[in-house]
Amino acid sequence: MNAEQTFRDEELLADVIARLIGDVRHVAVGNASPIPATAALLAREHGKLQGLGRPYVSLLQSRKHNFFTDGARELFDCAGQGRIDVFFLSGGQIDGAGNVNLVSTGGYAHPKVRFPGSFGSAYLYYVVPKVILFRVEHSRRTLVPKVDFISAPGASEKNVYRPGGPIALVTNRCLFSFANGRFRLTSVHPGHTVAEVIENTGFDFDKPATVPETPAPSPATLKLMRETVAPQLAEVYPRFAAQVFGVGQPAFAG
Amino acid sequence: MFQAAKSLDDALAAITDGCMLVVPREVSGVPMAATRALIRRGVKRLHLVALPTSSLQADLLIGAGCVETLETSAVSLGEFGPAPRFTAAVISGAIKMMDATCPALHAALQAAEKGVPFMPLRGLIGSDVLKYRDDWKVIDSPFANSDPIVLLPAIKPDVALLHAPMADRFGNVWIGRQRELATMAHAADKTIVTVEKIHDGNLLDDPVLAAGTLPGFYVESIAVAERGAWPLPLPDYYAADAEHLAEYARMAATPEGFAEYLELYVYAKRAA
Repeated sequence: MNAEQTFRDEELLADVIARLIGDVRHVAVGNASPIPATAALLAREHGKLQGLGRPYVSLLQSRKHNFFTDGARELFDCAGQGRIDVFFLSGGQIDGAGNVNLVSTGGYAHPKVRFPGSFGSAYLYYVVPKVILFRVEHSRRTLVPKVDFISAPGASEKNVYRPGGPIALVTNRCLFSFANGRFRLTSVHPGHTVAEVIENTGFDFDKPATVPETPAPSPATLKLMRETVAPQLAEVYPRFAAQVFGVGQPAFAG
Repeated sequence: MFQAAKSLDDALAAITDGCMLVVPREVSGVPMAATRALIRRGVKRLHLVALPTSSLQADLLIGAGCVETLETSAVSLGEFGPAPRFTAAVISGAIKMMDATCPALHAALQAAEKGVPFMPLRGLIGSDVLKYRDDWKVIDSPFANSDPIVLLPAIKPDVALLHAPMADRFGNVWIGRQRELATMAHAADKTIVTVEKIHDGNLLDDPVLAAGTLPGFYVESIAVAERGAWPLPLPDYYAADAEHLAEYARMAATPEGFAEYLELYVYAKRAA
């Protein structure tokens, strides 16, 4: 957070993502995604204020923010039918074609670095219409010319069933949109520059002649995030909620 | 057929060296007391299937040298960082890794549940996940023109091992909405369960409880292990022990620290 800034970087990113989510019926958030989870809960609060019954939010690791009753497979079955509109993916590496790598760098048989694994990416990237890529660390280490392992490809051959795919990439420096197999710089976050984005991005991307600055979250949005969203978040991301919002974990029922 | 176990070790007898063992993800009820007992017994060469991911359980089993093959979609300690023993074992080639994606594991176990040889699944085509799985095949859907789709062979585990809130004396186990535990049990040859407590009466007599009950028909043995998921959570009953998990992440970062952890918390039988 810069001295003159009245919001944290995490709050800006959650606000950017909440706007990308837009007005949809169902947003799902996977493992280890505290900022997308903040954004999804924020989108739900925005929906409530507008008197909408949407979006439904499914946080995979949550008890309270997860309505599935048919086991862990229900989320994937739901997505396969087109009942999930927005999902989030990250990657140890992401390349300019929108390929994500959640497995390893170096050769697969003898990796240099091993990441946790592909999770649901090799399926959800294909079937969820709006997949928002999210990687806080914007560097040449993470945003590479070509990923070492394709957990899930950014695009598929014409005959492959693929109603879903990436629509955007959010980092700590900027927002890219994704269309026709390429990223395009949409806006640069306050305190960052286009030159810095170019310097720290390992792949080519398109950009308009003038790149706007990412708008700061409004005071009303910040209040909503801090007072209403943060306590809900603490159940699933206690550390994050404590560090970013200073909120403690609720007492466990039962 | 169900038999009440005399002890936890007794209940785990069916988990033999080299067997295929399926275990659930962190939020479904992970049998950690049973896992520590298996490590104490020194089980070897497991083909561990983690449905669809794992955290501390897989990391401990791998670090303790119990695993030969790991079939899962991811192993991580979540907010506590990477799973250090898993990471080291993959990099050194100490375990054979079968990388999957979550719905593929669910689908392959569902195939076993139905007694059919395979299940089709969308996605995967063009990924390196598919490229490195020689056991998965791509066919053209026989119901369309030029519609490639992946086929996954059924996963038929020898044993499913799970932890649940309660069981009755008839072998029925209450799993609530953790339906993947039922899928595991249906797919596996034998199912072993640890529970927090024994329920008086028959769980199937109450229609509300019956809907969330795994019938004893599928269950081989049950042992009571109070706080049997510790330090992982048992949803709706107790939270994860965050302090302990942070300590684990710290200690397991080195082989020496991990060995010390095993001495303290596994071999010393100081299981809460």
